[in-house]
Amino acid sequence: MISISGLIAQLFAIVMALALAPLLTGWVNQCRAWLQNRSAPPLLQPYYMLHKLFRKDVVLAYNASSLFRAAPFVIFGCMLLACAIIPTLSTDLPFAPAADTLALVGVFGLARIFISLAAMDIGTSFGSLGGRREMLVGFLAEPALLMVIFTTAMISQSTSVATIVETLAHRDFIIYPSLAFAGIAFTFVSLAENARVPVDNPATHLELTMIHEAMILEYSGRHLALIEWAASLKLYAYSCLGLALFFPWGIAAGDSILGLAGAIPLLLVKLAIGGFALALIETVNAKMRIFRAPEFLGTAFLLAVLGLLVRLLLETRV
Amino acid sequence: MTDVPLSAQLINLCASVILLLAFAMLAQRRVMQLINLFGLQGLVLCLSTVVVAVTTHQNHLYWSAGLTLLLKAMLLPWILHRLVRKLYVKWDVESLVNVPTTMLFGVVLVIIAFNVAQPISLLSHTISRGTLGIALATVMLAFLMMITRTKAIPQVVGFLAMENGLFLAATSATYGMPMVVELGIALDVLVGVIILGVFFFQIRDQFDSLDIRHMERLKDN
Repeated sequence: MISISGLIAQLFAIVMALALAPLLTGWVNQCRAWLQNRSAPPLLQPYYMLHKLFRKDVVLAYNASSLFRAAPFVIFGCMLLACAIIPTLSTDLPFAPAADTLALVGVFGLARIFISLAAMDIGTSFGSLGGRREMLVGFLAEPALLMVIFTTAMISQSTSVATIVETLAHRDFIIYPSLAFAGIAFTFVSLAENARVPVDNPATHLELTMIHEAMILEYSGRHLALIEWAASLKLYAYSCLGLALFFPWGIAAGDSILGLAGAIPLLLVKLAIGGFALALIETVNAKMRIFRAPEFLGTAFLLAVLGLLVRLLLETRV
Repeated sequence: MTDVPLSAQLINLCASVILLLAFAMLAQRRVMQLINLFGLQGLVLCLSTVVVAVTTHQNHLYWSAGLTLLLKAMLLPWILHRLVRKLYVKWDVESLVNVPTTMLFGVVLVIIAFNVAQPISLLSHTISRGTLGIALATVMLAFLMMITRTKAIPQVVGFLAMENGLFLAATSATYGMPMVVELGIALDVLVGVIILGVFFFQIRDQFDSLDIRHMERLKDN
């Protein structure tokens, strides 16, 4: 049954996700500013932003349907669920049986569909442009993500995230070449999914290049706050998924509070390094043309398939 | 799975990196980056040969590893860099081939190579027999690169990458070829590149470009 420590771990994971996600975004922005020789915004800027937006009134377009108003809550809920399923601190999560990795990809897909529909709902040209571009990126990124997950699932013989991470974290030291391929593919996918630089620029409002920003142009007030928070949560979820799959050391397995206490600082360190790496990638790369994005994601898909093949060739023989 | 020794895991990792680099070369449009990737592939090849040599105590493999390092990771990239600089084709960007389609063909080739190599590698008893499929895939990917590229220098890089793949195959299947053969091949490759370098200048003098397609037109006139 559900253990007390499992419940505590689950609660901790959710609270940490809610609290840390804007901090991670702020950290990435700060690193990016440092690397680009700009004076950095304060680390807590995303929190100020959320605070400001939550206090402001919502301005709705005349022809906004109920879908437009419901979408931010759905998106926020999806991202929160994803953060609850992905093992960040402990693999003993009562929520984990609710969805395996395939359903997790589905949860991200649901959020994507809602944000695209909401973008098209108002009927402005920017909204539908952004929505269509988002779907273009999404339908190419999803199979690549699935292939990455299949590779890890083949190693651990399970599609449950908690089981995968448990198998990967608590094994004898073995080099899996397939995980190297999967890791690169996963990096590509997370850059595209989180609207990061080679595919989209999170800081721009330059009309011709934006994807994510084009979709949320019509949002304001608490709706915008929820969407911004959800975007932070998505980045956090992807970072944690990547860390859990490819650098799983230190995640508590059993039902021990002590392991949990040890896992928190380690997670913070790993997230800080991961955030810096993301800022570095964003700084050294230029944004590519939108029509190069399919090529970028196609490469991610092929790498993930290669990971699967290498797994079959090198690692399954007796 | 757990009974695979660490050295075999390292060899597998090196082989996977070589495969990864072969794909990176296939996707690379710029000439300079292509040559750098080729040099890196030679370096990884040398590393994997050293690991095989250390585990199996085959002394002649040290020699071939050193030869690989000297020739494929240093000398040939240097010669190619020099050629590119002298020919002013540094900013040559490949345009004809559709890279995603090529990569898709590449994956199909990898599947074929893995399937073909599977029964052959069962006959071998070396520690690195699993990498035979990867070696075959590297050869085929290099071949694909030679076919799909239109400029002369990428074709030569493809030719050299094919030699890398053959070398990996030899190491993984039979712990390398006899020293005489290896020296002969190394000399062949070196001389080949030098001669092709001279050809490059001739081609450019004739056509003002290194595009191989110009040579097809020669027949008609």
